[in-house]
Amino acid sequence: MTTPLDTILASVFADITRETVLDTRLLTVDGAALYEVLKRLKTYPDLDFSLLLDITAVDYLTYPKRAAARFVVVYTLRNWKKNYLVQVRVPVADPDTGLPSVADLWGSALWAEREVFDQYGITFTGHPDLRRILNHHQFKGHPLRKDYDIHAGQVCTEPDSLEPEIRARLKVNGVDDSTMSDINTEIMFLNIGPSHPATHGAIRIFAALDGETIMANVNEIGYLHRGFEKTAEHRTYNQIVPLTDRLNYCSALMNNIAYVKAIESWLGLAITERAVFMRVILSEFFRIQDHLVCLAANLVDMGGLTNYWYLYNEKEASYDLISRLTGARLTSSFTRIGGMAHDFYEGWQDDLARQLVDIEKGVNDSLKLVARNRIVHDRTQNVCVLSPETALSYGFTGPNLRASGVGFDLRKDSPHYFYESFDFNVPVGTTGDVYDRMMVRFEEIFESMRIIRQAVKMIPEGELFAADHRYVLPEKSKVYNSIEGAANHFKLIFEGVRVPEGAWYDSFEAANGELGFYFVSDGSGTPYKLKVRPPCFYAMGGFHEMVEGEMIADAIINLGSINIIGGELDR
Amino acid sequence: MALGLEAGLGDSVLTTKLDTLINWGRQYSLWPMVFGTACCAIEFMSAAASQHDISRFGAEVVRFSPRQADLLLVCGTISYKQAPILKRIYEQMPQPKWVVSMGACAGSGGMYDNYCTVQGIDSIIPVDCYISGCPPRPEAVLDALMNIQEQVRSDSVLRERHQDFKGILDTP
Ligand code: SF4
Repeated sequence: MTTPLDTILASVFADITRETVLDTRLLTVDGAALYEVLKRLKTYPDLDFSLLLDITAVDYLTYPKRAAARFVVVYTLRNWKKNYLVQVRVPVADPDTGLPSVADLWGSALWAEREVFDQYGITFTGHPDLRRILNHHQFKGHPLRKDYDIHAGQVCTEPDSLEPEIRARLKVNGVDDSTMSDINTEIMFLNIGPSHPATHGAIRIFAALDGETIMANVNEIGYLHRGFEKTAEHRTYNQIVPLTDRLNYCSALMNNIAYVKAIESWLGLAITERAVFMRVILSEFFRIQDHLVCLAANLVDMGGLTNYWYLYNEKEASYDLISRLTGARLTSSFTRIGGMAHDFYEGWQDDLARQLVDIEKGVNDSLKLVARNRIVHDRTQNVCVLSPETALSYGFTGPNLRASGVGFDLRKDSPHYFYESFDFNVPVGTTGDVYDRMMVRFEEIFESMRIIRQAVKMIPEGELFAADHRYVLPEKSKVYNSIEGAANHFKLIFEGVRVPEGAWYDSFEAANGELGFYFVSDGSGTPYKLKVRPPCFYAMGGFHEMVEGEMIADAIINLGSINIIGGELDR
Repeated sequence: MALGLEAGLGDSVLTTKLDTLINWGRQYSLWPMVFGTACCAIEFMSAAASQHDISRFGAEVVRFSPRQADLLLVCGTISYKQAPILKRIYEQMPQPKWVVSMGACAGSGGMYDNYCTVQGIDSIIPVDCYISGCPPRPEAVLDALMNIQEQVRSDSVLRERHQDFKGILDTP
């Protein structure tokens, strides 16, 4: 089927190879043409790919089929208004010469290119600050290259100074040593983190201050880099589900769902209606959990400890339901390819309904304390404003982007799991300040409740697993009583679900924004490559744009308001 | 019933050993410094919140300055990038100090047996109590706290602990 996008692409890129993979249009270009192609994708009004979602690379060294080049870099772009998704693949002839940087087109390329450089050793010429990002500065080699041994750990003896980086940033902002010399004062450098209560995890914020005002800011991440992607290359597809729990661990089950959905899309495996409804209910329930923790922590940073109890206690109470259902409080590992680990327990509707009422009460109690509170308003309104253009450029998605007035939500714009049939609103902000980011999350809690309540009424009875035993384990009675069943079970467990060869991207509206997975499969039961498109990596990448010119205390609440979760940030 | 000298002093004086007195005080006023890096820290938050209420054990005064703390709770994965920071924080804590390693990651690297994860924080700093689990339940945190209290109680205040510890970041 030819869509409007195909027509436009055909006219703009007549001589470029185009393919369609799921709902992605794939363009393959060579290094020389890359910059021009990406520039057109961004700037042509009909194309308008304002979001550069992710950049990653693939190392084809051990791939069973010979590839054109050892390294291929993949750019994932989105036009959020029209739900267009494009990937640009470019073979890299020589990683040392690399590719031209596109950091002048999208801010998100700044960190994305650094990550590709760090993990694969591919250079981006023209990048203003190309250095490692996830691994430490003393690290040698590039861990995601196929010839890097997964166990080859390297000791780091001292943290990076970050001094050249902050000086460079000061220069960009037009500040030099003569600033403030008229009042006999020097610039003060302040380091916050990586172990600091306000960083909510391990992030390092480094700021150059004039009094309390931030003149320049650089941030260092990677302290919680746990090698998700390399580890995933050594696990079968279903074994990766527990690893996904630990990405955004405040809403573990949503990651589980996003991950298996991505595989099911590629397999063309339709899951049962009951499983779909279960996923919707649980996704929304975990979205609420995620927002509760974010708001609770954010308000504590502002000094509102009472809110913490109102909000966090409801999260704690929700664990009763979650652990009754999944057996775990935090790390649920509740999905399987083709279905869910098991069905709801008896009486879940009552527990859920009661829990929603309690959450509603907790949230309303907290809102009573903040919604008309002058101190909260003064501290949050018009503070750390993020314009929609900057937000899009840096690849913000989810509530952070919506707070800046961009009404992009995959549940509405790229409907899946019957989201189009639920009655709910997508709250958007007007200013893009800390206040909007908080209030968007408060509102989303109520919208998620609406979805859950509708879904609970509509959920059908029936099977939980798709009946396709190429991907789904057979029933236990067959495993124990028939040789075919036993063999089927054995193969699925030992070899993993065999996923047809290919490369694809699929994404999901997680609590923090667009959570994407990019897979390369060689046809075996283990992914050849798996890249996560983590929403908070990109939010953190734009942090300096939000805080420069603001006060240092505002940077703290701003960090809380964009909800950075280390597991997802550093993977 | 008081005997000997104590009998003559009445209720106004209590004789005890220095160890017992100091350790009694220390045991019920441990000030934790939470080195929370990952998922386990969320379960620590639960241990501190109303339902499990760590203050029942006198350890609710969570300090974020290592200089004011005597119990280091390492909650989460420690990467090689993080390791020098962990070591420095440990060194900034005054003696006597105790260390709890919370979760599979801190104890052994957990499910991350790979190039970036330290395979157990006891290769960096000495550990007094390990909590298993991924993540451990809040009750397990309280259990570890009681274990540390027991260690505090039975130790001598004159003994310097972990004098001969050598980790991978200590210069040989
Ligand atoms: S032990 Fe498990 S829960 Fe704890 S930090 Fe490690 S992965 Fe997270």
